[in-house]
Amino acid sequence: MDDAYTTHLSPNIVLEQVLKNGVTDVVWLPDSETNGLFLLMKAEPSLCLIGVSREGPACSLAAGLSTGGKTPVVLIQNTGLMECGDSLRGWLLGLNIPVVFMVGYRGRKRHGVTQDTAAIYTEPFLNAFGIHYYLVESDADATRITVAFEEAKRKKKPVVVLVGEEYGGSNPR
Amino acid sequence: MKREDALIQTVEMLKIFQQHRGDAIVIPGRGGRHWVNISTRPNLDAPLGDPAMGGHASFALGLALARPERKVVVFDSEGDLLMSLGILATIAEQKPANLYHFMLDNECYATTGGQPVPNAKNISYDAIARGCGYPRASAYIDLESFSKDIGDILNQSGPVFVALKIFPEIETVPLGQRLRWMTRTRVQVLEDLREALAIAK
Repeated sequence: MDDAYTTHLSPNIVLEQVLKNGVTDVVWLPDSETNGLFLLMKAEPSLCLIGVSREGPACSLAAGLSTGGKTPVVLIQNTGLMECGDSLRGWLLGLNIPVVFMVGYRGRKRHGVTQDTAAIYTEPFLNAFGIHYYLVESDADATRITVAFEEAKRKKKPVVVLVGEEYGGSNPR
Repeated sequence: MKREDALIQTVEMLKIFQQHRGDAIVIPGRGGRHWVNISTRPNLDAPLGDPAMGGHASFALGLALARPERKVVVFDSEGDLLMSLGILATIAEQKPANLYHFMLDNECYATTGGQPVPNAKNISYDAIARGCGYPRASAYIDLESFSKDIGDILNQSGPVFVALKIFPEIETVPLGQRLRWMTRTRVQVLEDLREALAIAK
């Protein structure tokens, strides 16, 4: 079995995990790593897609949805994750909001060498906020998404799923 | 009459709004310290203070989409809105018929000492909202006109945007020495709201 095959992440399997966990709303901003997933979500009638133009408001929007009884997921890129630090602090961590972020891991390389500062700062950023995260790079990793949802609900906190991209991420192949 | 004498006092505006509030969910935003003493339905309020600046409108949008059977009223501020103007486009796209977006414009950052917001006196926020796609947007500079129209405003289908020129209540006391007006923690506020709306935890 070649390496490319074993590290492939199918957006259908990711979507299956999202639906399995009762997601009702997707708060999203375009992201090249998870575009394939976005297209599938858009076609899924049980999901309501809410586009934002900056990631900070995605946090407060998700907090409002969750307070109102919905189960949102936030679909953004790691660059945007870093933009929304204060909103993460105040609207999610500060209000005990259980929400999962699906974050495109721009610059992620399995061998660990990258020049992309978006990737270099992603995990230190999450660690600084005390936000737990799971790396999902292949179909075999997909069940970690359910673990993330369960953890968010149990701890009443945001939990992040980092979607790797070296082999195409969840873009259609 | 001096211009500042003609501006709307937030506390008086909220007293008038209260008469029309019905069973709406209210996110009082920067008006929270007045609203907690005016509201007769505190369990339907979300006086969160300032969890992180710029997020009141998007929080209100989330609640409005989640609870379409309820009116959701938010008292945003121009400083908050300027931080996340793009949310106007999102709200207009989502078209929540139950969202009433009031914006208190005191032309300054009152909680940090009254420094002016950028281009404070020359922005037409109602025009921006309309330009982003809000079907209904208006502006008020005096309480009398607001008082006449508030009933009709709340009977319109949302999203509705209303800009209000308000008198600046500038804070000069250092942050740690200010009188605390929040009587519940933010987490408790949301738990009470969920209970009032019969939302399972």
